[in-house]
Amino acid sequence: MPQQINADIRAFIVENFLFGDESEIPGDDASLIENDIVDSTGILEMVSFLEEHFSVEVADPEIVPENFDTIARLTAFVAGKSKAKAAAST
Amino acid sequence: MLLTAMSAAIAHRGPDEAGIHIADRAGMAHCRLAIIGLADGQQPMASADGRLHITYNGEIFNYLELRQDLESRGHHFRTKSDTEVVLHLYSDLGPACVEKLNGDFAFAIHDTQNERLFLARDRFGVRPLFYTWHRGCFYFASEIKALLAVPGIEAHLDPLALDQIFTLWAPIPPRTAFEGICELPPAHRMIVDNGAARIQRYWDLDFSDIHHDRSEDRMREETRALLEDATRIRLRADVQVGTYLSGGLDSSLIAALAKRMAPAGLSSFAVTFSDPAFDESGFQNEMADVLGTAHHTVDCNTDEIASVFPQVIRHAELPILRTGPAPLYRLSSLVRSKGIKAVLSGEGADEIFAGYDIFKEARIRRFCARQSGSQLRPHLFRRIYPYLANLKRQTPDYLAAYFGITTDCLDDPLYSHRPRLRSTAGTKLFFSEAIKKKLGDYSAADELASTLPEAFREWHPLHQAQYLETRFLLPGYILSSQGDRMAMANGIETRFPFLDHRLVEHAARVPADIKLRGLREKHLLREAMRGTIPERIAERPKQPYRAPEANAFTAKAPDYVKAAFEKTALEETGVFDVEKSTRLFKKSRLSNFTGFRDNAAFVGILSTQLWSQHFARQFRRTDETLAVPV
Repeated sequence: MPQQINADIRAFIVENFLFGDESEIPGDDASLIENDIVDSTGILEMVSFLEEHFSVEVADPEIVPENFDTIARLTAFVAGKSKAKAAAST
Repeated sequence: MLLTAMSAAIAHRGPDEAGIHIADRAGMAHCRLAIIGLADGQQPMASADGRLHITYNGEIFNYLELRQDLESRGHHFRTKSDTEVVLHLYSDLGPACVEKLNGDFAFAIHDTQNERLFLARDRFGVRPLFYTWHRGCFYFASEIKALLAVPGIEAHLDPLALDQIFTLWAPIPPRTAFEGICELPPAHRMIVDNGAARIQRYWDLDFSDIHHDRSEDRMREETRALLEDATRIRLRADVQVGTYLSGGLDSSLIAALAKRMAPAGLSSFAVTFSDPAFDESGFQNEMADVLGTAHHTVDCNTDEIASVFPQVIRHAELPILRTGPAPLYRLSSLVRSKGIKAVLSGEGADEIFAGYDIFKEARIRRFCARQSGSQLRPHLFRRIYPYLANLKRQTPDYLAAYFGITTDCLDDPLYSHRPRLRSTAGTKLFFSEAIKKKLGDYSAADELASTLPEAFREWHPLHQAQYLETRFLLPGYILSSQGDRMAMANGIETRFPFLDHRLVEHAARVPADIKLRGLREKHLLREAMRGTIPERIAERPKQPYRAPEANAFTAKAPDYVKAAFEKTALEETGVFDVEKSTRLFKKSRLSNFTGFRDNAAFVGILSTQLWSQHFARQFRRTDETLAVPV
């Protein structure tokens, strides 16, 4: 599951922020801001993508670097959300 | 014939008259916009003894005082023009004459006795002046398109200039977008003789002499007196002078002062937008009503921006990242249609009296950096950018991250501008591999830092930021792409009271905290001019001048826009990565999110493609039969 989430997030970043250039994608633990991948609009694009693609809800207080600033953190954030959602529905 | 062709290329700058001076080894042509000395100010103008010949664009606003002084020292004048004053002053003082001039000028004087050419440009770069060497000959002109009329001079995009534009919004002088064609930097003079040129700076903005001991009351009085006098002498003309009225503090002050000094009547001109995010017509109308000006407006929305944009690039002569010049192109057209040739405008106030948001942003960044984990301090960013909807949902941690609180070095001379440089440079993602290879590890920001004066590091952080704005963005973008080039496209001369060098030097001596009091921008100016304009306008927060960006071209993409982003066109230009540019075009048309970088990249790619289509393709030819030394 996290592997697929990770792959989907990476694909979104390549498509939406790097315009297809896979060579520019940073490592899983590299900062997306410090590497100039996302800006203040970009982070909202990311929120929109997570909500629509993974069917999770993101509250404003959750939009923090601890959840969003690296691909690894994004992956863990979505995985946690999905797990909580699955647990709630069973 | 060559001079005629060069002159014809910039005839829009001077539709009233044309003249030519031809000597044995040099020639000059002039197209005149007649504003002072209508009947006897023809150019090129010769001195009485026939030794000196001048071609000159601009106005010397203190020409009456200079003339009086020259007459008292035995000079006799044949005309009423300010042009003749420059000739007399040069004959007295030589190159030092420029230090006496208070005005906006670019001129060349040919001394036929010693075969010397003297060129000079005003302190802030209001009037343009370009030059190049070709086959041992020196060529100069107010616009590059005149130089391209010289057979053999071709238009090739300079990759370093491209990098500078996509980082700093404009090339660093003397570089221009055209490889091998230079700009005489603002506040510089140049002597050309014996096949060589010497260039020297004659003035610079200096924040070394801060008058801490002067009372704020006295500073207010001086500010008011200087601004009034700066406006008064900028109304000198033998034609009616109008005023731009944006609805903000600066242009409202200028309009109010001008109205008092021009009791016969004043025409004001403004751009309006349908989108309330950009429109200021409420304030414009209120100010026009209060002053009783004959107020004229031109609407500028996405369709209008898209329709004039190719002309904007032809006149700007460089790629640009913002659409801001387009409304000003339409505005100058409106002015011309009302029979007015000269207008006052408020540019310069934000630079010299600390009005820009970037000054407040830098102050908040330093405030946050002093306690980098603070969850409260970053909220201040929202206060200075209420018009940026994207910041509203951001948490303090993210705000701190965007503005480089923990990453930017406080000792960096470019500290104030780092977030802007970073976000702008993000547009270089779209450069082609070929361009990236040519650029290697070149850094436009490093080059900018290397040009700063020695004393810069000793200045207050606000003064450092003011210097960067005034020295680079003001001449490189505000006064050129948004200023002279858009106004002169329709034969309109703009005059800027805030850029009177006496006022600028005065403001540079004022302590930083009196200009920017906490987060209150232009504190000194507001206090100095209290009572001049209605309180509602005097106290309104600054609204940056903005216009619709990428969406101006994507909602109903005109054919030329689609053509510019086509694979073959992108490949032919070779500047941008085809795949990424195509995807950006698609994203801009479909997405609800278009952030700063994508907007700037879109406009940058489109303008570069248009630049290339117009200049690079048109001005590559082989016919050199017309080569004559100039």
